[in-house]
Amino acid sequence: MVKKCDAIVIGGGHNGLVCAAYLARAGKRALVLERREVLGGAALSEEVFPGFTFSVFSYVVSLLRPEIIRDLDLPRHGLHILPLESTLTPLPDGGHIAQWNDHDQNRHELARHSLRDAEAYDELGRLLHQMARAVRPLLGMLPPDPASLRVRDLASLARLGGHLRGLAPEHFHALHKLLTMSSADYLDEWFETEALKATKSASGIIGTMLGPRSPGTAYVLLHHYMGELDGVFRAWGFAKGGNGSVSAAIAAAARRFGAEIRTGAPVANVIVKGHRAVGVALESGEEIQAKVVVSGADPRRTFLDLLGPGQLPDDFVAAIRRFRFRGASGKVNLALAELPRFAGLPDAGPHLRGAISISPSVDYLERAYDEAKYGEFSRRPYLDIVIPSLLDPAMAPPGKHVMSIFAQYAPYALNGGWTDARREAFGDAVIDTITEYAPNLKGAILHRQVITPADIERTVGLTEGNIFQGELTLQQMFFFRPVPAWARYATPVPGLYQCGAGTHPGGGVMGASGRLAAQAILGEKA
Amino acid sequence: MLKTTPFHPRTAALCASYAWRRWAGYVVASSYGLSHEHEYHAIRSAAALLDISPLCKYLVRGKDAARLLDRVVPRDVAHAEVGRVLYTPWCDAAGKVLDDGTIARLDDALFRMTSADPGLRWLEDNALGLDVEIEDATDSIAALALQGPASRAILQEVCSKDLGALKYFRTTAAELRGAPVTISRTGYTGDLGFEVWVDAPDALAVWDALIQAGTPYGIAPAGMLALDMARIEAGLMLIDVDYISARKALIPQQTSTPFELGLGWAVNLDKENFVGKRALVEAAKRGPAWRFMGVEIEWESLEELYADVKLAPQVPAAVWRTSVPLYTDGDQVGYATSGGWSPLLKRYIALAHIESSHAAPGTRLEMEVTVEHRRMHATACVVRRPFFDPERKRA
Ligand SMILES: Cc1cc2nc3c(=O)[nH]c(=O)nc-3n(C[C@H](O)[C@H](O)[C@H](O)COP(=O)(O)OP(=O)(O)OC[C@H]3O[C@@H](n4cnc5c(N)ncnc54)[C@H](O)[C@@H]3O)c2cc1C
Repeated sequence: MVKKCDAIVIGGGHNGLVCAAYLARAGKRALVLERREVLGGAALSEEVFPGFTFSVFSYVVSLLRPEIIRDLDLPRHGLHILPLESTLTPLPDGGHIAQWNDHDQNRHELARHSLRDAEAYDELGRLLHQMARAVRPLLGMLPPDPASLRVRDLASLARLGGHLRGLAPEHFHALHKLLTMSSADYLDEWFETEALKATKSASGIIGTMLGPRSPGTAYVLLHHYMGELDGVFRAWGFAKGGNGSVSAAIAAAARRFGAEIRTGAPVANVIVKGHRAVGVALESGEEIQAKVVVSGADPRRTFLDLLGPGQLPDDFVAAIRRFRFRGASGKVNLALAELPRFAGLPDAGPHLRGAISISPSVDYLERAYDEAKYGEFSRRPYLDIVIPSLLDPAMAPPGKHVMSIFAQYAPYALNGGWTDARREAFGDAVIDTITEYAPNLKGAILHRQVITPADIERTVGLTEGNIFQGELTLQQMFFFRPVPAWARYATPVPGLYQCGAGTHPGGGVMGASGRLAAQAILGEKA
Repeated sequence: MLKTTPFHPRTAALCASYAWRRWAGYVVASSYGLSHEHEYHAIRSAAALLDISPLCKYLVRGKDAARLLDRVVPRDVAHAEVGRVLYTPWCDAAGKVLDDGTIARLDDALFRMTSADPGLRWLEDNALGLDVEIEDATDSIAALALQGPASRAILQEVCSKDLGALKYFRTTAAELRGAPVTISRTGYTGDLGFEVWVDAPDALAVWDALIQAGTPYGIAPAGMLALDMARIEAGLMLIDVDYISARKALIPQQTSTPFELGLGWAVNLDKENFVGKRALVEAAKRGPAWRFMGVEIEWESLEELYADVKLAPQVPAAVWRTSVPLYTDGDQVGYATSGGWSPLLKRYIALAHIESSHAAPGTRLEMEVTVEHRRMHATACVVRRPFFDPERKRA
């Protein structure tokens, strides 16, 4: 049977769903084809063990664009983002340092370690707020193509230029530093407390095969700082029900606008006729025609797997081959009989309702990276932990808990490759690490799920397990993402678009790529 | 968690209103009684005891202590004799006000500086290469303000030093019922008053002594609401309310030079150098674009607006701290930042930033007031600060 529709979206990741929702909202007949039986891609909740639900891959939300929440009326479809109010960094000596959303609480806590840092924190916060304000419009903007002479691009470039010219000199200097320095060096200019520097610099390395001392990571720090939730800067949250509920809400909105969503429908290839994409062929053999085809899969899958050789210009293919993935992180999901007890802290309390970061020093993080550089996983990895059941008790049976542990570094290209034994060894390293700070953890574990970059690639389809559909580094951002001159969601194949995190503005449960792609397809002005 | 001050065991027991507010990370009483009226009147008619411990306090000592302070504030610290207290703003390199506070010269090479915001990092960064030690004494020194016409008599009851000899903006070491303290003739009420600085362990003894000695004089512990009214009558500005520190401003328009805050008198451009001097020399040449003035909302005009809806005029029950536009002929020329009804003066007064060309005393502007849900304009007359300046303050 040959079916026809206006737009086919390959992949029911959250970006694909956002794109389909916007297309359907504009009256287009949109069809989403997801390879797996479940929707959401890397934004997925699953009851992995009976009674224990996990936000299996991504686990927190900060960048989800508020305009998407409004446009698609996501709260009506069940979206509720609960705030994470703190970041706790336990220290090897039994001490700890925490960052709190409440200004006074934060200041008192930091002042325990350094009065200077307590003051610097506010000043850096103000500067990053100003910088985020300066850079943030870029996230909502179609990236201009600086090599193009089209009026649209020129106008958009001019707007960008005007925007940057509008920066005060000290902000321009700050931007320059953020663009060129490592997050560790940059934070050295502000803070003296090691664990504070380390915890802050960690956001510059998340998902990336770079260490805190690698140049360019300072900018990524800012990128993550732009998290915005309900209009509030810098707010990290946990979606009630896990990030799968973000995808579910978007899917419900898309359906309400009339989009059709099919799961268990892997696309084998894009059908190109007369240099134009005209539909897709499913692995089942079914063919579906459409006026446009949008791929929410990552750039390597889209261009190297779904298109045949010769359908793309050589230089484009070469550029896609150079686009770096290098997955660097994994996940450990634990079902717990009881809460972890951290030395020197009360058994329960607000400190467990936020993020818990294992990042005692910059050296610790850099050493973790050193091992990965040479193909081993970190024996003592950087960990970003949340206990979702404290925010949403429905995630676990009464009195029990789930713990979500993002762990880095776990290089995709592990020496000898990932095996079941290596996976479990990695899981052990993660659990041993936490147990050093919370000795009761090991005994509290009922079940565990360990996810390596190889598992991420296999299940979600993210190449090399890179969590952002391609490294989020400066040379792969803005109009470089994924390929210069092709950063505006169109591709060298007319009728074929891309809408995944592999495009500007990049990874994270943000939805911006899906929305901007829909706008580009609908010919709306950026 | 919030901190409590060393006086908390006493203040908590007295706080019948359960109305607390945050001040620099500490919790202090908004009012002790169910209304702050009695506390306000105590400031002006008897004496009020205020817990001002949350002020940031720095002890600056060493050979170069005077040099450091002279470098960071625009007033002349080097020539201040021992026992002097200077009120001063201080600025960033662009000449924009960062904070304001007092500097007390306790000894040749020892100063106590107070500020509203923490400023240790800034002091330390400016002290590079100087022989000076900076100690954050915010937690270790407790402070009380004893303010009002009876304050001297009360304090004299418990202190052997002749307080009659302690002049306005002077400080002295003393003993208060055996506890070593420093007493300064300073305050935030524009009235006769003193501030008592005491090591935290002696705080409760000092509180008890003052309450005991003050009771026959009608002393009343007073909270922040009473203080807020008094400081507006005195024309004194409050950081984060009446001006924004250049450290926190997100856009240049939010910053102010001392001249724009009416603090030009505290800027000594003859001093060899200090942070912001170059910018302030230029700013002084240009003259301020804005003035920080008092405005008085004319009663008759308010009465008329209310009469139109058949109501008697209403005045705010406590000081407001929001930005309220000021107009002339429909053009906005300024904004008031805090204001209220002065129970003593029977005037509706406010502190305001006004474009210089409209800021001459006597200029009649219009201030936005909301009357029965509608935005109206009442006549507001520009006046000099302070609104209230009793002789006894300096006498
Ligand atoms: C372990 C992990 C932790 C993370 N943590 C966070 C976090 O806490 N916060 C955050 O903001 N971000 C986080 N991220 C990143 C974020 O989850 C991703 O960047 C984002 O979800 C990508 O969304 P997407 O829709 O662009 O792509 P994807 O989620 O990758 O979706 C692509 C979809 O396409 C489907 N697909 C692929 N090929 C085909 C085909 N041939 N036919 C049909 N369907 C196909 C896939 O099955 C998948 O569902 C994390 C990612 C991972 C992996």
